Amino acid sequence: MEISMNLNGEDITAEAEPRTLLVHFLRDNLGLTGTHWGCDTSNCGTCVVWVDEEPVKSCTHLAAMASGHRVKTVEGLETAEGLDPVQEGFIQCHGLQCGYCTPGMMMTARALLDKNPDPSEEVIREAISGQICRCTGYSTIIRSIQWAASKERETAVTLEGSPA
Amino acid sequence: MQVPAPFEYERATSVDHAIALMERLGDEARVVAGGHSLIPMMKLRLAMPEYLIDINDLVDELQYIRFTDTEVRIGALTRHQQLLESDELAAVFPIFRDAEKVIADPVVRNRGTLGGSLCQADPSEDLSAVCDALEASCVIRNTSGERVVEMHDFHRGPYETAVADGEMLTEVRIPIKPNSSSAYHKVERRAGDWAVASAGAAVTMDGDVIADGRVGLCAVGPNLTNVQPISDALRGQAPSEELYARVGEIAAANASPQTDTRGTAAYKTHLAKELAVRSLRVAVARATGQA
Ligand SMILES: Cc1cc2nc3c(=O)[nH]c(=O)nc-3n(C[C@H](O)[C@H](O)[C@H](O)COP(=O)(O)OP(=O)(O)OC[C@H]3O[C@@H](n4cnc5c(N)ncnc54)[C@H](O)[C@@H]3O)c2cc1C
Ligand code: FES
Ligand code: FES
Repeated sequence: MEISMNLNGEDITAEAEPRTLLVHFLRDNLGLTGTHWGCDTSNCGTCVVWVDEEPVKSCTHLAAMASGHRVKTVEGLETAEGLDPVQEGFIQCHGLQCGYCTPGMMMTARALLDKNPDPSEEVIREAISGQICRCTGYSTIIRSIQWAASKERETAVTLEGSPA
Repeated sequence: MQVPAPFEYERATSVDHAIALMERLGDEARVVAGGHSLIPMMKLRLAMPEYLIDINDLVDELQYIRFTDTEVRIGALTRHQQLLESDELAAVFPIFRDAEKVIADPVVRNRGTLGGSLCQADPSEDLSAVCDALEASCVIRNTSGERVVEMHDFHRGPYETAVADGEMLTEVRIPIKPNSSSAYHKVERRAGDWAVASAGAAVTMDGDVIADGRVGLCAVGPNLTNVQPISDALRGQAPSEELYARVGEIAAANASPQTDTRGTAAYKTHLAKELAVRSLRVAVARATGQA
């Protein structure tokens, strides 16, 4: 069947069987291997992408079900202005070691900060609780997300305070 | 790599459309809501529908939480996240927020639905115990109309419900009772996991005594979403620790868990007892304004 979606801001169309899972559609049909594929059982969260601004586990989502929707992957985080503050935070605070869990962690983090610009550590832990990292012990991931949050709040304050 | 067996995919444009498709296609067709139970089963080839009818576009018809003076009506496509976030729902039925906080994880909760949870009818499904404790009823629709089925008639056994081929669950109705409250307690091995065991309680007070009380257990055996002997033991009794302990004993006696990777049968039986006590204690405290 024909699957069309707005992917990272661009309209795309590709052929795939109805049974194709979104994670394989992205990685194999479209070559976007930023989204990782791990447990295959909706437990690890490395496959998290957005469908209509909401994080979902793409190993448990049919590509067909995403047709006609907006999908965003880790490749869509960077903009013309540069890396997303969440990506910068992961660099600044060693939010990754092997990097396997990172795309899913960053997509969930971005969605969290869009809803809640100043999340507590507890709120961050809850938001990423469906995602597994076997390297970092999570502390540096939490610090990375906090780094991004405070950077964005600073920027917001500067913009507000700047002369018209 | 786990991939479902081939199927044909169709998107329903209305509930009537979905039902017409199901009636025509019979038991070869399944609806998919959040897909977070069905797609894993299809990946394992435990389910191999020939036609998949996607109902996710039916937000207007099936996704809502509406209040009347006497009941709350929740559309089948309402997602876990919406049930968790609704302050109005938490105010009337705190058991929903208690349970939703510990159902799966936030990303799964973005997809999974009330209707999917009830129709999956897994004995570990938390919302079945919640809805039964609250004496909910289910609206089932087919081409000839609607019927309303009480929760205790809805579940026919593990993975079996009153929804027949060519039918859909469209709405869950929950009566609002004065002087009432509810609570849910669950033990899980790790964040986001299914219950080792859980219990939900709902009580209606009449002055100093419990006019009506219900406790449902989850993950400790089939068909325990409402334990009738517990309701019998609670009726007309003044709340006390002795009463809760008696209820705990009844819960343990009715539990028939199996030893698995989540825990031994003995441990789960212990949990059934302890969680029944805890959920009841909190439900009574809430109903009497002490919590
Ligand atoms: C990692 C993980 C952890 C989880 N942990 C928990 C947990 O702790 N507690 C818990 O309770 N659940 C848990 N779940 C299950 C989760 O709540 C599912 O979302 C839920 O069981 C099914 O809802 P769904 O909308 O995804 O249903 P689907 O998978 O879409 O459907 C399930 C079944 O119901 C049928 N169906 C769906 N909607 C209707 C309808 N309106 N009318 C008729 N039939 C319908 C489908 O045909 C299918 O047979 C977990 C799931 C995952 C993946
Ligand atoms: S690969 Fe999707 S959750 Fe692990
Ligand atoms: S960085 Fe290796 S799994 Fe998270």
